Parts: sequence; structure tokens; C-alpha cells
Amino acid sequence: MTDSKYFTTTKKGEIFELKAELNSDKKEKKKEAVKKVIASMTVGKDVSALFPDVVNCMQTDNLELKKLVYLYLMNYAKSQPDMAIMAVNTFVKDCEDPNPLIRALAVRTMGCIRVDKITEYLCEPLRKCLKDEDPYVRKTAAVCVAKLHDINAQLVEDQGFLDTLKDLISDSNPMVVANAVAALSEIAESHPSSNLLDLNPQSINKLLTALNECTEWGQIFILDCLANYMPKDDREAQSICERVTPRLSHANSAVVLSAVKVLMKFMEMLSKDLDYYGTLLKKLAPPLVTLLSAEPELQYVALRNINLIVQKRPEILKHEMKVFFVKYNDPIYVKLEKLDIMIRLASQANIAQVLAELKEYATEVDVDFVRKAVRAIGRCAIKVEQSAERCVSTLLDLIQTKVNYVVQEAIVVIKDIFRKYPNKYESVIATLCENLDSLDEPEARAAMIWIVGEYAERIDNADELLESFLEGFHDESTQVQLQLLTAIVKLFLKKPTETQELVQQVLSLATQDSDNPDLRDRGYIYWRLLSTDPVAAKEVVLAEKPLISEETDLIEPTLLDELICYIGTLASVYHKPPSAFVEGGRGVVHKSLPPRTASSESAESPETAPTGAPPGEQPDVIPAQGDLLGDLLNLDLGPPVSGPPLATSSVQMGAVDLLGGGLDSLIGGTNFVAPPTAAVPANLGAPIGSGLSDLFDLTSGVGTLSGSYVAPKAVWLPAMKAKGLEISGTFTRQVGSISMDLQLTNKALQVMTDFAIQFNRNSFGLAPAAPLQVHAPLSPNQTVEISLPLSTVGSVMKMEPLNNLQNNIDVFYFSTLYPLHILFVEDGKMDRQMFLATWKDIPNENEAQFQIRDCPLNAEAASSKLQSSNIFTVAKRNVEGQDMLYQSLKLTNGIWVLAELRIQPGNPSCTLSLKCRAPEVSQHVYQAYETILKN
Amino acid sequence: MIHSLFLINSSGDIFLEKHWKSVVSRSVCDYFFEAQERATEAENVPPVIPTPHHYLLSVYRHKIFFVAVIQTEVPPLFVIEFLHRVVDTFQDYFGVCSEPVIKDNVVVVYEVLEEMLDNGFPLATESNILKELIKPPTILRTVVNTITGSTNVGDQLPTGQLSVVPWRRTGVKYTNNEAYFDVIEEIDAIIDKSGSTITAEIQGVIDACVKLTGMPDLTLSFMNPRLLDDVSFHPCVRFKRWESERILSFIPPDGNFRLLSYHMLSWDVGKINPQKLPSLKGTMSLQAGASKPDENPTINLQFKIQQLAISGLKVNRLDMYGEKYKPFKGIKYMTKAGKFQVRT
Repeated sequence: MTDSKYFTTTKKGEIFELKAELNSDKKEKKKEAVKKVIASMTVGKDVSALFPDVVNCMQTDNLELKKLVYLYLMNYAKSQPDMAIMAVNTFVKDCEDPNPLIRALAVRTMGCIRVDKITEYLCEPLRKCLKDEDPYVRKTAAVCVAKLHDINAQLVEDQGFLDTLKDLISDSNPMVVANAVAALSEIAESHPSSNLLDLNPQSINKLLTALNECTEWGQIFILDCLANYMPKDDREAQSICERVTPRLSHANSAVVLSAVKVLMKFMEMLSKDLDYYGTLLKKLAPPLVTLLSAEPELQYVALRNINLIVQKRPEILKHEMKVFFVKYNDPIYVKLEKLDIMIRLASQANIAQVLAELKEYATEVDVDFVRKAVRAIGRCAIKVEQSAERCVSTLLDLIQTKVNYVVQEAIVVIKDIFRKYPNKYESVIATLCENLDSLDEPEARAAMIWIVGEYAERIDNADELLESFLEGFHDESTQVQLQLLTAIVKLFLKKPTETQELVQQVLSLATQDSDNPDLRDRGYIYWRLLSTDPVAAKEVVLAEKPLISEETDLIEPTLLDELICYIGTLASVYHKPPSAFVEGGRGVVHKSLPPRTASSESAESPETAPTGAPPGEQPDVIPAQGDLLGDLLNLDLGPPVSGPPLATSSVQMGAVDLLGGGLDSLIGGTNFVAPPTAAVPANLGAPIGSGLSDLFDLTSGVGTLSGSYVAPKAVWLPAMKAKGLEISGTFTRQVGSISMDLQLTNKALQVMTDFAIQFNRNSFGLAPAAPLQVHAPLSPNQTVEISLPLSTVGSVMKMEPLNNLQNNIDVFYFSTLYPLHILFVEDGKMDRQMFLATWKDIPNENEAQFQIRDCPLNAEAASSKLQSSNIFTVAKRNVEGQDMLYQSLKLTNGIWVLAELRIQPGNPSCTLSLKCRAPEVSQHVYQAYETILKN
Repeated sequence: MIHSLFLINSSGDIFLEKHWKSVVSRSVCDYFFEAQERATEAENVPPVIPTPHHYLLSVYRHKIFFVAVIQTEVPPLFVIEFLHRVVDTFQDYFGVCSEPVIKDNVVVVYEVLEEMLDNGFPLATESNILKELIKPPTILRTVVNTITGSTNVGDQLPTGQLSVVPWRRTGVKYTNNEAYFDVIEEIDAIIDKSGSTITAEIQGVIDACVKLTGMPDLTLSFMNPRLLDDVSFHPCVRFKRWESERILSFIPPDGNFRLLSYHMLSWDVGKINPQKLPSLKGTMSLQAGASKPDENPTINLQFKIQQLAISGLKVNRLDMYGEKYKPFKGIKYMTKAGKFQVRT
């Protein structure tokens, strides 16, 4: 006797029969009938026609029957709202039932019926249930508030349910607390601005207590909620960490990962000198390792998170390389993630083991996995210099296997190794050339062609090899065509005598027979370069390439910090901030790590960037967020890839740069704007980063010694208002210090003495850094000039307008507006990558646009003028005749403002777009721009 | 939170759907089917699949895909852990978790799922509690119910739901009071061609079957607790006492449960004579007429060693407080191969 009997039907029509049974007098028959209805419902059959008959069964003492009817109601009430109302009375009655189970069931079911009419009747019972004496009812009611909010948010607010819910955080029962937190968190997600979960040390304490006693699921909600709290100091952070650490030993992996999130976040506030810091680091490794012995689905999520954790704090898992070794029957999604982490953990100490493993993987069956393993060997070579030789020989061994896709992957990575270690491993070229015929993938063909072109002088039959590719030129992919064009030009420049015919041929193929504008343009440029100035051509095409650096796919630090705050969430699985994928992007709140403690500052850099370039070295990292670059600069860059970017992207890049520089100037050989490296499309590896960095650095080196713009003094306090004391003044900023230059004039008939000044609280915390010093008494008609140093560490109060400053000299009050630019700090030049990421990251509604009229400056002049007031040009480019300046500045309180200044030559107006996380400063920044540019 | 659940068999039929919020059309599973098609094997279907409006999180167990639909940011591990709990519950209720069994018990399944989540929030996921709410089907009960007209839904508030020991109900009674503990260790290892060990680790668990009357409070101590430094506990274990005294102190759930699991990367094997290294040899023979495999196959090894925990872990004693009777106590050790792979 099983439930499958409920599926048997007769010819007469199922619905008809069920109807009769539902209306039967026999209880048992009724129940059986409802079960049949539910059974049909579970497999997706439409039994909504039975609505009235099923609802009629609702008023019963039989709990099972009641539950079954409720199940049915929840499913179909929406489609039969008028009928559903019939159920209301029973619900309301049940909410008063002496049995708490029935009360809870009623309020729970009512909340699931998404019909307005029913919702109205829900409010009163819900209010009672939220205060019910039985915690089981209260915890059910807490969830019901979240349901109701989903149906009618306004109603929930009007009825004051949110406050009741907040009160439940202090409930005596831990399960009620956990559910209240869960409900509030869900509501808060659709209300990002509301401070529903405004936590203070008391409520944190309540949560930490409940954490020990509630169910595993409740622990997840509470931990996720704790992670949003910002402890006031390192002591509080440590005490929370201490109380959270036991969760690392929980059997539920979600509890473990949520605990890891809290610890990773709060650790940021702990000093590295602290013993506890080291203890905590040690405690984090075992639970993470344990996650890897769980089911594969859990492993996958854990691995994605571990990937973030090893980038942020590599020291935690640096000795655990072996647990990431791949088992042959791991699912492919686990294998690929493990591989990624193996490379991240690869170091000189373990490289031998890692390589042996990778070589093993490269002989497996799964093509995707094998490819990634081969690439991984290449990445190891680039990351761990000492291993390069071993990697190359491993790759050569793999090439010997003659497995087609292995050979092709190997050639692609060897090309990168050449780039990284020039003049070291070129002896292997001969082996590579043997495999020329087996290459059928564009990326591998392009890589091979690049190698032949680059080392044409060492390959005796380079011309023959390239010629062989030329035969099927039009059948090749664009990537290969572009590469071939460049390679042959390189060959020609190296061996001009024998290859003239070949270069003619490729140039004519590229320019005359091709429909591809990129290819044509590049062809023309080479052609003209070669015909006008072969020396310049040589300089351009054979220019020295910047080295590529080790890690091509590290997550950009600000993004990484944000993602650390999202450990355990979908964002951590996708390695994207929620703003990038959450439905509708409805106001996602950005999370950030707590600020670091000062004492840890010194130790920070080597630890956070153990694999990074030493400071001062130009980073040639291929920008992982290439799409951002492209977005902002309107360039078509390839997608961010974990391997080297596709050749096409770099090619288009090169082409744009060339055109930007102007063809004429290029050919004329003067005023060479485009950086040579960017013009060499053959630099498959990393021309994007380097090219851009050259472009971006145009403005560096402009002196910053001349201080900020200083406005002429203005009268702030007229004599008549201050018993004869006239005060005029202005603000200056010089080499990092702000001062208020005052001119005091005694227009009275008596001597004035004992001056003092006091500032009221203001938006940026401006305050005198020293007392006002007027040494001698001020005689009638005498004027003194005083420079009052200011600091920005005074108490802060938001003023309207923001730059309003009220002073109190002696007993006279005056208020003045200070120009915002005195608050622009000297280190306000944002790193390019940061700029691009930040620009994209700040929501569009924070963008403000302004017109600056009557400002006939060219870009150069504007840039240097602004720079002396600490507005820094991060990048500059020319679009359709307009000069675009991308600028950044930082206020004393750490607010960054990003600007785009568009200047059209000949037009005295320019357009200023500002983006800032605190949009209220935009107006004042604009005024500062205007003041600086016009003076 | 968790919006809906679809159960899909390996041929791609949705044979059960359950919605805890509004109804999500089953067409959302099309994205899952696409991924299923792309994956060569069922095990390779990615566990997280994005769709334009939802995320699909799935686990594959007993040849069934359990696909959860979520609409807002929910911790994926939370969802996956919950799905595992669903599988465990079905197994606990019906003995096996399979498509025919689920179909045979569809109403119970539906009732259970309804009790497990409320609006997507976990409600009752402990098997003990669920069984109080919805009684598992037994042939006897079906007969009794048919005769007496009683139901298989409890009408009492499950006692464990709100106590500080939510995993245990009150009023448990047994005529034979017994507590059994199984220390089971699995060795995961990769051995390379030459026979040297690349990785080796122990995944150990202590599974318990405790049938004790009333509210017994147990303590379990080890001879060598230092071996355990990477452990995950059942919620019933008092962490503080473990931290301070290395003693497992707990009020056990009723019936079968996993008391703890642990993990060891290296362990002490005692003295080995270097002149006579222990070794184990085996031969692999192919079926007659079968051609030699192209790739070098990796061999999965299975073995069992009874009455031994390879790590050397030993239980010292088990004491019971809080109840007067004398329970029967038993402990068993076993070591077996986990993912033990030999490369050739």
C-alpha cells in the first residue's frame, strides 16, 4: 500500500471522481481523496477545479487532513482569490487555538497565501503571534513577517511589524532570535538603505549568546549578520573572533564557511604582532582542509572561496598544497578549481611536486582538464623563476607525446615563457617547428607564427615556414592573419634581401583582398612605414617588449577585499561583487573590510602581495579587468582571460593607438605619440597593459611643487560688525598643510589684544592646529597678517553647505566658505587600474555633470593647472577631436572623487563629469574646478 | 532563501516539484537540462547554474538530481547542505532514496518537505523531530491507520523543537538500553607508478547508534585525544569541554547519528624495520580478449581492516550521567580504503 495508488485513474474522468470523494460523508474517504489531489499536484497536474471541494474539508480536527488542505491552498489560492477568502475564518480561528502547533501552522500557512484579501486579515493574528507565549509560535511568526513583506512591504512598515521583529532579536529563545535575524536579513536585502540590522555591542552580545544555542541554520544567519558588523576597535574584534572560532568545528560546512568569513573580516583589524593573530591563522587551515573531504558540490563552493582566501592571506594554506592534488574521479568542476589553487600555492619549496602532478594530469583523458594542466605548467614557469627550466623540459616531454591538443597548448604557453625569459630557452624552437603541421587551433597557430617571426634570425627556413602559412591566408582566423602579417614584416626587417617578395605578397593580401578593417589598417600602416622610413619601421616593429609578469589572473585588490566580505555567498562563487549580477542591481550596499590597524601596516605589504612585483617596478600585469578598460576608453579589448589574452584584442588596441597618434605624424617621423610597444601587435603577451601604462603616464613628471591655487583674500568679518576689527582671509594649501591666512585690521580707536580663534564643528573636521598667535597688541589702524595652520582632525559635523566654516574670534562670530580644493591631498593620484575599477563601480546615479564656461584652456594647461591644486590626471586621450582628461583627487577625509574633463579645442566651455561615492561633494568639487581653471 | 525544489531523474524528467514561496515555472529547469547535456557525465553537472532570474543549485545523489531554485543571495553551501539533508531524510524515512520510492510515497514526501522549510527558511531538519511530526510509513502503521482511522501526522508540538537540546525528544523509552560507537577510518591516498605515496590522509568518523531511555548525558574519552586536531562535531557535543579537557561530553540524539568526523594528514605508524619494509603487491588482469587500454589507467583500490583504526585512535571509556540504569556499551573499529588510487 503506497501513495502510488493515488495516481490510478478511471476512464470516467479523474476530476469528476475526486469531486465525489471529497464530498463524501466518510472522513477516511475524504482524507484519501485529498491525498489523491495532493499527489496530482506534486507532479504538476492541474487540480485547481476542485478548489471549493477541498476547502470544504478544511474545518476538521484531523491535523493531517488540515495540513493537506493547507498544502493545497498555498498552491492554488493565487489562482482562485475569491474562493480562498472562504478559508479566512478558519485561519483566524486556528490562530487562537490552544495548541501552539495549530496556531503556528495557521499563521505560517496564511503568510504563504499570496492573496491581498487574505493578507489584510493576517495582520491581527500575526501581531498576536509575534507576542505569543510559546516560542515556537513566535519563531514561526518572525518568518511570517518576511513573507508578508514580500507580498506587501508597505503594509509591514505601516503595521510596525519591523519594530516588533527587531525586538525579537532580544528574545529569550535562541531559535526566535535566529529566525528574527534571518527574516530581517531577507527584508534588508530588498531595502539596502534601511538600517534594519543596526547592530551595537549589546545586540552583538545577544547574537553571540544565541549563536551557541540555536540550530545550525540559525547559526548561519547569525554569523552572516555578525559579518556585517564593524567592531569599534581591535579588542572588540578579537573578542568576537574568540567566540566565533568554535563554529569552525561544526559539521555543517555552511556554518564553517560563514564563520571563516567573520574571522577573515575581523582579522583585518587585529595587529599582526598579536599572539592571537597567529593562533587564529593556524586555526583557519584545518576547517578549510576538511571542507575538501566533503561531497563534490560542497567542495566546489569551498574551492571557489579558498581561491579568494589564498589570494588574500596565502600564509593560511601555504603548507597544504597536497590536499589540492586532483583525484582522478573528482568531477571536472572540482578538478579545474583545484588546479587553479595549486598554481596559486606553487612556490619554490613545492614546485617539484606540483610539476610532477601537473605532468601526470596532462596525460589524463579529459581534454579540458589536460589543456588547463598544460597551461598551468606554463604559469608555474612564469611564476617561479627557478622552476622555469624544469617546466620547459616538462613541456617538451609533453610535446613528444604528439597528442594534438597537448602540443598546441604547450606551444601557446612556451610563447609566454619566451616573453618572460628572453634569450634563454630559444634552443627549443627547433622542436616546436617540427610540430608546425599538426597545429589546427588559431591560438596555437598564432603563437607559433609569433615565435617564428620573433626569432626569424635564428631559424634558417623562417621564410619557408611563414610562406607555408600564407597559402591559405584567407581561410585563417583574423588572429592568425594579423599575426602572420606582423611576423612577415618582422622577418623582412631582419632579413630584407630574401624576403621582399613575401612581404609584398602579405601586404597586398592584407590590404587589397581582405574585408577585415583591422587587418587592412595594420597592413597599410606597415606598408607606409616601410616605404617612407624603414628605420622608424624597425624601431616600431622590432621594439623591445616589456616583460610579462607572473600572475595574470590575480583579482584586483579592492575587488578582492570586497569579495572577502562576501565569503560563502554566490558572489564568492562567481568572484564578482553582487552589484555585477544581482537581479535588477537594486541598490546593493558595498561592503568593505574594516580598516587595518596601524601597527600592522609595516608588515602588510610583503604578506598581502607575496608574489607581486617589488615596489617601484612598473607592473606589467595583464589587466584582469580588461573589460573595464575597454568600457571606459571605448576600446575593444578582449575578455579577461586566465591565459594570455587573444591576439586580436591586442591588435585592435594597437591599431587604435596608432590612429590616435595620427597617421601623418607617424609617417612624418616626428611627434611620435603612440608608444612603440603598443604599436607592435605581435606582442601577444601583454601589450595592453604596457601600452596603456605608457599612454597613461604622459602626465607623470609634471612638477607638483607649486602649491594649490590661492584665492585672493576676502573680507570675512567687516569692522562694523565686530567693534572695529576687520578680518579678511583666504585658505591655502602648500605641501600637504592647510592654513588659513588672516589679515586683521584694527579700525577702532583702541588697542586690541588677546586674540583667540575657535572653529565650530564642520564637515571635514577643520580645526586650528595651533593657537592664533598675534604677538603684539594691535594698535588702531594697524594691520597684521597671520597664517593659522589648520588640521583636519577636528570634530566632524555635516554642514550645509558642506564647506561651511563658522569661526569664533574672541566674541565675534563669522562664517565663511572655504574652497574645497584646500582639502585635496597630495597623494590623490589614483592608480589607473583602480581608477577604472572605481569608475565602473560607482553607480551611475552618483555621477554629476557640470559645464565650465569661458575657460579657453587646452588640455595640457588645464591638466597642469589642476595638478598644482592636487587634482591629478590619471589618463588622457583624444576622442573625435575632444580631449578627455581622466582625473582623480582625494579629500582629507579619504573620499575619492573621479572626474572626466572633456575639452573641445576652440570651444571655451568644457564638460566635467564627477563620480564619487559621496555625491554631495560633487557640487563643491565642481566649484573648485571652476575656481582653479579660471584663475 | 530556498524558493523551490525539483527532483529530476537522469533521463531528464521532473518527477516532483515543491515550492516554498510563489510557484516557479518548471521551465526554469531548461537551463539545468542544457548544462546536463553539456556535461559528459551526470557527476560533472556544475552545482551552481545561473539563469536570467534565478540560480539553480543541485546535488546528484542516488541517480537523482535535487535542484534547488533560489532568487536572492543565499549562501550556496547552506542550500547544498540542506539538499543533502533532504536526501538523508528520505533515506531515513524510506530506507532507500530512489525515484520509485519517492513516487510511491509522494504525499509523505510532500508533507515532510513542507515541514523542512517555511518560506525557504529551515524549520525542522533533524530526522528525530520530523518523525515526530510526520510518521514514516510502515506496513504495520498503514494497516493500523486503515483500521483505526488515525493519521500519520503527530498533533503534539515536537518536544525537541524548542528545548536547548533540539536534537532529542523527551520521553524516549527503551527496554534494552544500548549505545554503540563505530570508529571508521578511510584512507584517501594517491600512489604513483613507482609505488611511492604522493598524498595520504585519513578521514575518520565516529558513528553512533544510541538507544537510551530518558535524557542521558554521556562522556566519551580517548586514550590519545591529541591525535584529533582537525575535527567537526555534531551540534550536541559541548565544545568547551573538548577545548579544555579533550573529552566528548554530550546529550545524544536518539538513534543513529554521526558524533564527529576528523581529518588527519599524517599519523604515527610506529616502528618499521628499514631492512624489511612492509609492502603490498597486487596484479591486475584484463578480461580475456579485451584490448589494452590506451591511457594508463588509475586503479581504485578497496580494502577493509576490521577492529583497527589505522590512526591508532582508541576510545578510553564511556560514562553516562543523568540516568540510573546501566546501558550496554559497545565500540567497534574499522579501517577501509576511501579514495585510494594507484597510478600506473
